[in-house]
Amino acid sequence: MKKRTGAEILLEALKKQGVEVVFGIPGGVMLHIFDEIYKSDLKFVLTRHEQGAAHAADGYARATGKVGVCLVTSGPGATNTITGIATAQMDSVPMVVITGQVVTQIIGTDAFQEADITGITRSISKHNYLVKDVEELPRVIAEAFHIAGSGRPGPVVVDLPKDVTTAQSDCCHPEKVKLRSYRPTYHGHPRQIKRAAEAIAAAKRPVIYAGGGVVISPRGATELGKMVRKADLPVAMTLMGLGCYDGTERRSLGMLGMHGTYCANMAVSACDLLIAVGARFDDRVTGDLNKFASHAKFIHIDIDPAAISKNVKIDIPIVGDAGNTLGELNKLLKGRKLAKWWQQIDNWRRKHPLGYKKQRGVIKPQQVVEEIDRLTKGQAIIATEVGQNQMWAAQFYLYQKPRQLLTSGGLGTMGYGFPAAIGAQFARPRATVINIAGDGSMQMNIQEMATAVEHKLPIKVAILNNNYLGMVRQWQEMFYGKRYSATSLAVAPDWVKLAEAYGGVGLRAKKPEDVPRVISEALRIKDRPVLMDFIVAPEEGVYPMVPPGGGLNEMILGGKK
Amino acid sequence: MKHTIAVQVENKSGVLSRVANLFSARGFNIDSLVVGETEDAAVSRMTIVLRGDDKVIEQVTKQLNKLIDVIKVTDLSSESFITRDLALIRVNAASSARARLLEIVQIFRARIVDISSKSVIIEITGNESKIEAMIDMLRSFGIQELVRTGEVAIARRGGNGGRLLAGR
Repeated sequence: MKKRTGAEILLEALKKQGVEVVFGIPGGVMLHIFDEIYKSDLKFVLTRHEQGAAHAADGYARATGKVGVCLVTSGPGATNTITGIATAQMDSVPMVVITGQVVTQIIGTDAFQEADITGITRSISKHNYLVKDVEELPRVIAEAFHIAGSGRPGPVVVDLPKDVTTAQSDCCHPEKVKLRSYRPTYHGHPRQIKRAAEAIAAAKRPVIYAGGGVVISPRGATELGKMVRKADLPVAMTLMGLGCYDGTERRSLGMLGMHGTYCANMAVSACDLLIAVGARFDDRVTGDLNKFASHAKFIHIDIDPAAISKNVKIDIPIVGDAGNTLGELNKLLKGRKLAKWWQQIDNWRRKHPLGYKKQRGVIKPQQVVEEIDRLTKGQAIIATEVGQNQMWAAQFYLYQKPRQLLTSGGLGTMGYGFPAAIGAQFARPRATVINIAGDGSMQMNIQEMATAVEHKLPIKVAILNNNYLGMVRQWQEMFYGKRYSATSLAVAPDWVKLAEAYGGVGLRAKKPEDVPRVISEALRIKDRPVLMDFIVAPEEGVYPMVPPGGGLNEMILGGKK
Repeated sequence: MKHTIAVQVENKSGVLSRVANLFSARGFNIDSLVVGETEDAAVSRMTIVLRGDDKVIEQVTKQLNKLIDVIKVTDLSSESFITRDLALIRVNAASSARARLLEIVQIFRARIVDISSKSVIIEITGNESKIEAMIDMLRSFGIQELVRTGEVAIARRGGNGGRLLAGR
């Protein structure tokens, strides 16, 4: 092949990987790459902060299942992506983050805008590379995409010194990636699958506990649906799993865990067989581990062997892709009905459904989410920030398909939702993308309004504005004697004016009857982002709630209809 | 319980730091970690000695296997294996004490590798308990300085000696 510069080779490699869009910000050491981008047809989205770029790449990846790409400069550009990388790592999101680096000869001299980004990201990325020779570049990019997107997905960082981008090489791009030390297991062991089928057939009170792994697996949701219908199984989903089974279906119990539904938490507590699929027994899901499904036998299907028996001892572990494994399991399962078990579950469901107290003249945040669900027919892509807004978005929007909910479940990153919504809108230009936000979170990446306006993205942001860091305030109310330490956000921007200042649309609702009108108006706008400021009941809490240290069946209820 | 784990890794820069980082990030404690080249120049081998119950060892090995550059993890402790540790010890050696020192050195099959008017340097190779025993004997002479390599280990049987842990 003829000689090309590292920058040219990088762009060839991205094209070869089928990259449609790259999010980022240029900088000194990246000038050669950006000069090539200028000459190419690659779509580059200039965000206004590198954290926004990382979350946008993440949102793109979650909405599509493809690898998201983020390109930033050295030093502060790279360190600004850290929260985005850690967010993607915790939620198993495939992402390649390409960071600039100072020229190889001066690495380690504390040069201008130098940061040891491979050192910094070691424990928050799936893998990382420092490319020291242009000859390695095609192989490294191919490996980075392969590692990011396969097995349990995750972010991979590629650190690219400036001289590597200018050096010339005639090297070719590899057709296949070969890594002797990395071969994920996609197919569950037949003997273990047989054992699982027997356990399911023998169980009287089985429950599925489905997580993000079902969403990630290409056939995950389809095979889960088949299994649920065939064996009449109840499905409780984690925050990351929502949408892997249709939330409007009878066999969905909704979310389990700290703010899960009463019936999901009671069913898990009482079950005799817990079938965990693509989930990791996170503390927000299990509550007190000693009381978690304490009468149950555990089946755990996960592609990551390290997730199995990490927090809970598993009786039947199966390492494999969720969809493949459930597919094999479905061949062995026989149709059956669990009438008695369902009777009990339906009793729980009727006894304490999700709800909230309506209040004359005051908007309840839950009502806003319910109205969004109604007016989008449950078909929108919903991004969330973190805290109360996130939990209400999880409880009151009924997700029907995988990849409908984009939320920072593991790391719990405030400021995630809005840039993630931007990434998702690029991935799915015709979809309705709504970010359900709090007034605290929304201020953490508000600068991306400019990005959304520039690209005429019709993203809707619903701010559940309670003038508080609401979730922390709720904990202070419940466990710290209402001492609201540093949680008041009384000094706040005028959101309508702020939206307008960026060139977007600002709308406000103060009364319950305004809510549907404001949402409908926002949904009609197709050429700009819309910020909806919902002035909600300031001290509304998220319920049910498993108190810290409690078991799942020890929920604090509250807020009934 | 003490475990000796052999970890074969790609011989690339940054691998040692990935492994060391994993131990600190996950809160695992290690007694010793030794790394060196193997018969294959592209592969390095680490011998890691750590303490923990089965659950901890299971997590350690799974997490090690998760690192992209780790090729194979073997728990040598599950089978018969040989370990060696090397220590260099500079000990006070007044002329009156030298005969006694020499006797100890001979009993332990150690060697004196350097000598000066007031001290000697002793080299000893062996398993951990042998070296501990020798050090104990030398304390009364006054140990000036002591360095140890940490344990390297190899399975007695060739091929698949040791239990392959969540191998690939």
